[in-house]
Amino acid sequence: MSERLAATRDAYGETLVGLGRMNKNIVVLDADLSPSTKTNLFAKEFPDRFFDVGIAEANLISVAAGLASVGKIAFASTFSVFGVEKGLNQFKQSVAYPNINVKLVTTHGGISVGEDGSSHFCIEDIAIMRSLPNVTVIIPADAIETKVATKAIAEYHGPVFMRLSRPKTPLIYDEGYRYQDRDLNFKIGKSVTLRDGNDVTILATGLMVAESLQAANDLAKEGIAAGVINIHTIKPIDREAILQAALSTGALVTVEEHNIIGGLGGAVAEVLVEEAPVPMIRVGIRDTYGESGPWRELFAKYGLTSSDVAKAVKEVLKRKIKWR
Amino acid sequence: MAPFNEKTAPHDTGLIKKLTKVALLIRRNSLIMTTKAASGHPGGSLSCSDILAAIYFHQLRHDPKNPTWEGRDRFILSKGHAAPALYAALAEAGYFPTEELWSLRKIGSMLQGHPDMKKTPGIDASTGTLGQGLSIGVGMALAFKLDGKTNRVYVLLGDGELDEGQVWEAAMAAAHYKIDNLVAIVDYNRQQLSGCTDRIMNLEPIADKWRAFGWHVMEIDGHQMKQILDSLDEAEKVKGKPTVIIAHTVKGKGVSIIENSFLKGECKFHGTPLSESELAKALEELHE
Repeated sequence: MSERLAATRDAYGETLVGLGRMNKNIVVLDADLSPSTKTNLFAKEFPDRFFDVGIAEANLISVAAGLASVGKIAFASTFSVFGVEKGLNQFKQSVAYPNINVKLVTTHGGISVGEDGSSHFCIEDIAIMRSLPNVTVIIPADAIETKVATKAIAEYHGPVFMRLSRPKTPLIYDEGYRYQDRDLNFKIGKSVTLRDGNDVTILATGLMVAESLQAANDLAKEGIAAGVINIHTIKPIDREAILQAALSTGALVTVEEHNIIGGLGGAVAEVLVEEAPVPMIRVGIRDTYGESGPWRELFAKYGLTSSDVAKAVKEVLKRKIKWR
Repeated sequence: MAPFNEKTAPHDTGLIKKLTKVALLIRRNSLIMTTKAASGHPGGSLSCSDILAAIYFHQLRHDPKNPTWEGRDRFILSKGHAAPALYAALAEAGYFPTEELWSLRKIGSMLQGHPDMKKTPGIDASTGTLGQGLSIGVGMALAFKLDGKTNRVYVLLGDGELDEGQVWEAAMAAAHYKIDNLVAIVDYNRQQLSGCTDRIMNLEPIADKWRAFGWHVMEIDGHQMKQILDSLDEAEKVKGKPTVIIAHTVKGKGVSIIENSFLKGECKFHGTPLSESELAKALEELHE
């Protein structure tokens, strides 16, 4: 993997501008965080189509619903913790329930927010949003994937929650939307297999895809063949790919920058327990709140590094049963 | 497409008589519906019946034969629990047959306990969880202004609903964006679910609050049809700011059982329908 770094939020802001040029129906809303969510780029080029509602997340979501219900494609952005949790009933009632074309794109998901601390972290957003009927939940793995995901959700008609991150993180894909010999080929609801491996499959989402690829590399040196699948869409979850991985490798590890309850691990477990109950281990934040600190140090303290992934792989291999 | 209503009609006795008759029908059907459903909110349906009659049978540009007509004005019942009155108005306007009213709150019905834009023709926003309608209206009004369209947006709020902080977020935003194609109407019947608004959460000075938020404020008797019509007309002339009409109303208006119950400080008929025998008495009172 390259050492090239970029923030998913930057890619989002830049892509919105491009979308805005192509489609005048796109409007963008923010709640006084546009310099951080990067919607300020859109605001600068299309001031008439940008609405800052101030620090008022409930209003943010419902105003977006109003705009979308008369034909606009409304992107509403703020931090995950505010957009998802302060606007939740609004999102459920005026967006999800009536299936309105609002894209809630939040930055500052997870704990990679860093120094701002627990009040600004969001380790519950995936669980909350995927429990709402009609809502598509997407977490791009890097800035390159964020570009295609942003375009894809603009084209898709319906409620979407997309979670992005604050820090600059390693780019997985190259500018040609490829990882090694694999095409990104982004389709909502379809995972991307980044690496094959017969012993175990790592299912990862968001920033944790890069950590998982690193773990697979390290494990290969020890003779363990770990596959890595990028689950960029948590809902609808790619059942087929999960079952294929379960049946072919017989053991899974899920990896997410989220509480181990209700997120990617929960979604995968739901599929497995009904159709292919192979051993799996969830890597994530272990049902606790975070704290202030540099995000890399937080990842180390809260068990979100490639070595934590590798450790989980070794543990699940001990429990592995043949599933054929 | 020709608008359904006769907006050009003068506010003469003929029009007022017509609308008063519609309001009476809305009241009657609201009570019959809720009694048949054995649930629902009669009190707050009766307090806004005159306003709904004025909206749907005079003010709003809409076409019941073409509920998704893009040129229509939008109406949002933010106090969604008054759905029976809205459904009665929509049925009378011709969005669906009157017989549908008797399916209110029954399983499989197009008429949900609270307004549902996906299930009921003529409903522009799904509401029922209080505090959101004005924000949705702000979004719609912004979209119309952005596109240079003349559609107007009307939002009917409950008075108790003003306890919700989001209403004031929306009020601030509407003034900030100088949204003059938006009219809020407050059904100020001074009663909320568990008691009178003065006791549960004082709203006064209500007009000053809206004025301080940058709105053009009017206060009317929400049961005087001419006042309702005149205020809606005045709202159309206000430029550069949103308008709120504070309609002083009576919860259960027109039905002594309900009016007196609230006067005695009972809150029974906020969310409880009349019994069959109470309904019979009420319908005797609701005549021209």
